[in-house]
Amino acid sequence: TGSMPLDDARLDAIEEALIAADLGPAVAGRIRDRLADVKFAKGIDEAGLRAAVAAEVTAVMAPVAKALQVTAFPRPHVILVVGVNGSGKTTTIAKLARRFTEADYTVMLAAGDTFRAAAIAQLKIWAERIGVPVISGEQGADAAGLAFEALKAARAAGSDVLIIDTAGRLQNKAGLMDELAKMRRVIQKLSPAAPHDTVLVLDATTGQNALNQIEVFRDIAKVTGLVMTKLDGSARGGVLVAAAERFRLPIHAIGVGEGMDDLRPFTAEEFADALTGTS
Amino acid sequence: MFDSLSDRLGSVFEKLRGRGALTELDVRAAMREVRIALLEADVALSVVKQFIDEVTERAIGAEVVRSVTPGQQVVKIVNDALVSLLGGDAPEGDNQLNIDVTPPAVIMMVGLQGSGKTTTTAKLAKFLTEKKAKKVLMASLDVARPAAQEQLRVLGEQTKVATLPIIAGQQPVAIAERARQTAKLQGFDVVLLDTAGRLNVDTALMAEMAAIAGATKPDEILLVVDALTGQDAVNVASAFKAEVPLTGVVLTRMDGDARGGAALSMRAVTERPIKFAGTGEKLDALEAFDAQRVAGRILGM
Ligand SMILES: Nc1nc2c(ncn2[C@@H]2O[C@H](COP(=O)(O)OP(=O)(O)OP(=O)(O)O)[C@@H](O)[C@H]2O)c(=O)[nH]1
Ligand SMILES: Nc1nc2c(ncn2[C@@H]2O[C@H](COP(=O)(O)OP(=O)(O)OP(=O)(O)O)[C@@H](O)[C@H]2O)c(=O)[nH]1
Ligand SMILES: [K+]
Ligand SMILES: [Mg+2]
Ligand SMILES: [Mg+2]
Repeated sequence: TGSMPLDDARLDAIEEALIAADLGPAVAGRIRDRLADVKFAKGIDEAGLRAAVAAEVTAVMAPVAKALQVTAFPRPHVILVVGVNGSGKTTTIAKLARRFTEADYTVMLAAGDTFRAAAIAQLKIWAERIGVPVISGEQGADAAGLAFEALKAARAAGSDVLIIDTAGRLQNKAGLMDELAKMRRVIQKLSPAAPHDTVLVLDATTGQNALNQIEVFRDIAKVTGLVMTKLDGSARGGVLVAAAERFRLPIHAIGVGEGMDDLRPFTAEEFADALTGTS
Repeated sequence: MFDSLSDRLGSVFEKLRGRGALTELDVRAAMREVRIALLEADVALSVVKQFIDEVTERAIGAEVVRSVTPGQQVVKIVNDALVSLLGGDAPEGDNQLNIDVTPPAVIMMVGLQGSGKTTTTAKLAKFLTEKKAKKVLMASLDVARPAAQEQLRVLGEQTKVATLPIIAGQQPVAIAERARQTAKLQGFDVVLLDTAGRLNVDTALMAEMAAIAGATKPDEILLVVDALTGQDAVNVASAFKAEVPLTGVVLTRMDGDARGGAALSMRAVTERPIKFAGTGEKLDALEAFDAQRVAGRILGM
């Protein structure tokens, strides 16, 4: 189709597409208004319009795209991985471990989900596949104590990175959230700067509740960055746009599959293109 | 931000107190607020549109009872429509499992990755064993996720429900057939098939799911959905429905604080009852779905 004026019907269609991608009605409405403000004097064709929307999204997302880096000195760089149930924490840990080992860092894992059935076995299988050691205890053991032991072990082994798994928990469960705060305190007895990163793993299928998740996990578990999983499905994860506007937390990577190589860097352009169907 | 629909509508109707009936204009103004409230609750856009059309028609001309504000009247109309769509007026028994068949009854659990299938399998097994005095067998057909079969085995120990012995390397359809056969030979009343998580866009795994269903002819195929799900709910519901004959939905993580609009999307798209709600990680955290309560929650009341 050729160039056409940007009328209400076309703006409505854009707004609806953004809502369907989980940006939420407020953010979708704001992007619509910004587009309406631009005077496309000669009209604009469909491809151009998509690109204009993608540019709006890219502008919001570009400042938060930031890879995880191993910077701690002394080592190890401690990464605590948190999130609601089933979001993809354990799998993301496997993917991160894989990426770090490929970059020649030595990695150790800690099986800090001592609650869910076979959570320890799950992480152990990943560790074996990747070829990294894992510190684990018994199911039902104290997670904070396990994290403490793992940090001691990672130090003794001279590991560059220690990644700690945690049990999934919904952010409205105060008692379970407090356990994360306790985990931090216990780790900090050994290393005051740890955890150097606290990564919240979000599931792309999640809707507007992701915003509450970020807010509460940030306040209680001191989340420093985000990973979004399951972007290989039909969900577009648009709630990240609202999150970037509101919280400005770095987005480190995205999960695009169940395998250990299915982690990609987060880039604003690619995310915006996938969201708007530009590519 | 308005917290509840009542607040939103309160401001829309402030000037309209004491009117006899709602005009079309009043109703349309109110429905714009209802639309936003539903979208913020994650009801899928296509479902919202259809719902708004239906409710607008019902609300135009509705009598505003003198003692209530027009806002409350609209909330009531919206709420009643929601309850009815969520299955609130469905006949008693609609939410029951169809397991009183020639044994073994086969129940198959399907859904996206991490939605809660394995946990819900164990919860249902415990419920059927303890509350319905059924002899239950659980089998994990998940050969994809590390330690998935081990997870169900451990849950079997915790609930004291039998699990099908694991045979390394056996593929899902073969496991399903073995489960059904074992249940038949050993006199189980119900066999629960826990399947691997799969994306609706993964054609190979969707076909595998259809093959499992084809081989075992389940009496129940339950779509297990996370209550935190956003707009993707429609894609998921329509894709799974197109692939296998779903008989119901289980909504997990209702113990969270999500508005749970996915419930409405699921119901509208699958046209199947939501049979249970998962309300926690513990194995007794399974409840009958309560349409009234969920409607209130979606509207923030
Ligand atoms: N398609 C797809 N599946 C994923 C991705 N990440 C994780 N999964 C799957 O999602 C499911 C849950 O992943 P886990 O890593 O166990 O999630 P978790 O957050 O550790 O879960 P809990 O420990 O139970 O809270 C598994 O079936 C994973 O294979 C992804 O990026 N894409
Ligand atoms: N809070 C809460 N957690 C739940 C509920 N149902 C399941 N979970 C948790 O969600 C996570 C994933 O549950 P699973 O049963 O492993 O999910 P699944 O669908 O089998 O996952 P895959 O097999 O990887 O696709 C676990 O941490 C469960 O404890 C629920 O109703 N409430
Ligand atoms: K999920
Ligand atoms: Mg885990
Ligand atoms: Mg499972």
